[in-house]
Amino acid sequence: MSAILLLADHDNRTLKDGTARALTAALALGGDLHILVAGKDCGPAAAQAARLAGVSEVLVADSDDYAHHLAEPLAALLVALSGPYETIVAPATALGKNVMPRVAALLDVMQVSDIIKVVSPDTFERPIYAGNAIQTVQATDVKKIVTVRPAAFKATPAGSAVAPIEPVPSSPSSNLSTFVGAELARSERPELTAARIVISGGRAFQSAENFRKYLEPIADKLGAAIGASRAAVDAGYAPNDFQVGQTGKVVAPDLYIACGISGAIQHLAGMKDAKVIVAINKDPEAPIFQVADFGLVGDLFQILPELAKAL
Amino acid sequence: MKILVPVKRVVDFNVKVRVKPDGSGIDLQNVKMAMNPFDEIAVEEALRQKEAGKASEVVLVSVGPAGTAETIRTGLAMGADRGIWVKTDAVPEPLAVAKVLKAIVALEQPGLAILGKQAIDDDANQTGQMLSALLGWSQGTFASKLVIEGDKALVTREVDGGHETIRLRMPAIVTTDLRLNEPRYASLPNIMKAKKKPIDEKTPADLGVDVSPRLKVLKTAEPGARRGGVKVASVGELVGRLKEAGVI
Ligand SMILES: Cc1cc2nc3c(=O)[nH]c(=O)nc-3n(C[C@H](O)[C@H](O)[C@H](O)COP(=O)(O)OP(=O)(O)OC[C@H]3O[C@@H](n4cnc5c(N)ncnc54)[C@H](O)[C@@H]3O)c2cc1C
Ligand SMILES: Nc1ncnc2c1ncn2[C@@H]1O[C@H](COP(=O)(O)O)[C@@H](O)[C@H]1O
Repeated sequence: MSAILLLADHDNRTLKDGTARALTAALALGGDLHILVAGKDCGPAAAQAARLAGVSEVLVADSDDYAHHLAEPLAALLVALSGPYETIVAPATALGKNVMPRVAALLDVMQVSDIIKVVSPDTFERPIYAGNAIQTVQATDVKKIVTVRPAAFKATPAGSAVAPIEPVPSSPSSNLSTFVGAELARSERPELTAARIVISGGRAFQSAENFRKYLEPIADKLGAAIGASRAAVDAGYAPNDFQVGQTGKVVAPDLYIACGISGAIQHLAGMKDAKVIVAINKDPEAPIFQVADFGLVGDLFQILPELAKAL
Repeated sequence: MKILVPVKRVVDFNVKVRVKPDGSGIDLQNVKMAMNPFDEIAVEEALRQKEAGKASEVVLVSVGPAGTAETIRTGLAMGADRGIWVKTDAVPEPLAVAKVLKAIVALEQPGLAILGKQAIDDDANQTGQMLSALLGWSQGTFASKLVIEGDKALVTREVDGGHETIRLRMPAIVTTDLRLNEPRYASLPNIMKAKKKPIDEKTPADLGVDVSPRLKVLKTAEPGARRGGVKVASVGELVGRLKEAGVI
């Protein structure tokens, strides 16, 4: 039976939601499934990985080298471990996107990026041109390196069994790059890519204050994550990692509420697989209405406070 | 120090592409082409580093078929010094492009290569990381800030949940994110000047690189279309509909 290695995305304490979603794609390949948890003091994340259904072994590389998920040491580790595995999989999160092409090149393999469907163990569907076309590709290399679009797969839940946890030695470190610092937002809200409801704002908000003032009360009531268009991020109304779209995050929540967003193809690429889309825009001709299940034409500065009250 | 900027010719970001009816690919007949937007940001960043005295020369390289030289010319008009066109029949996959770029790095010996994080046609997000791996260099992907200090580069990266800053030992690979800078427009005098700047031509065979594909594209299809729904008249009606749909 073939063996598959899944690279976990985590913060040492808990797994990121994308890991369990990528696991669903990895399990669809059919094979003995191992998860690699590389980090520093990452025991809790490894214990969580061991409980996920379908996992037969958890490899743990616990070392300062992996504390900040720098690409060079992580890729070296994956290459060192790659021998027995036919396929190496990671979620297409900032971590997976950074590390996996490095692994692929070191193994002389062409990576299949951002898959949305497993057709067979070597054949996948993936979006190109901002999702305006779907390619079916067959990987011909002996090993396969695959990243998985988290929004396209449901998360595999914890099962009843607990997989064994095996420590693995770290690879010699290269010191090519060093971690200096991070500014990560702490938020009580759900992760954008994991939220059941997302409410997003665009350029129409005119300021960061408005962005918060009009969106937060609704997000609070609905337990929603907040997203943004590129225009809103570029203008400084919202932080970078709020960006939904072709070159930001791809979300597929049950409900997506687009407020003051015109609906450029690059934005649609990130949200058009939501189950229900609501658009609020003062321009009845805005392209966003072409994909919205429910459209409300009007001024968001009037509509949003009303909506907050009605919920 | 020389900065190498690999640029890709892609369908302009404003164009909504059409899939060929027989599923064999994208219809590229008479479609407007342009430099990949992330690569414009890469060119801009290289020029700013040169203007700040951190670099001596900005060299562009593009791998692709006829028309590719036009994209290089666009970057020369922005202010880059010279270009290299590696001629191919079709645009190769990122792994093959990375191998070609590695060969160009061996010839040019740059101290830094700045690439886009992602080409907006294949949406692969691979080439920079692959080139870095093949060279054994450090990598700073999805950069929103780049500061060169001697033989180190300080890169602020856009990551899930915010930003992080890493220090790279040079030579290094940096890939650009949207917020790194706003690319300049080429001025008319610079467009004229660019016509005289040299573009060197090579082939993968000259460089000893095999660019044959590793992925077999079996089919290209339209995505499932989403139909527009209804307009509601009021907030009350909207809330009612959402409750009916069971999403709130
Ligand atoms: C390489 C590249 C990558 C990109 N990646 C992304 C990406 O990942 N995500 C993304 O979103 N974009 C991306 N873009 C940008 C994209 O092309 C659009 O420019 C952007 O999505 C527009 O944002 P917007 O809808 O907020 O702004 P606009 O297009 O300016 O739309 C604002 C909307 O608000 C409405 N409005 C204004 N005032 C009010 C009001 N008071 N009440 C109600 N409605 C109002 C207007 O009618 C309009 O429809 C990318 C572009 C490029 C070139
Ligand atoms: N054919 C090419 N010629 C030159 N540079 C390229 C080519 N393909 C990709 N690149 C570079 O690699 C980046 C990422 O592309 P990709 O990995 O295809 O998403 C682009 O933004 C370019 O900087």
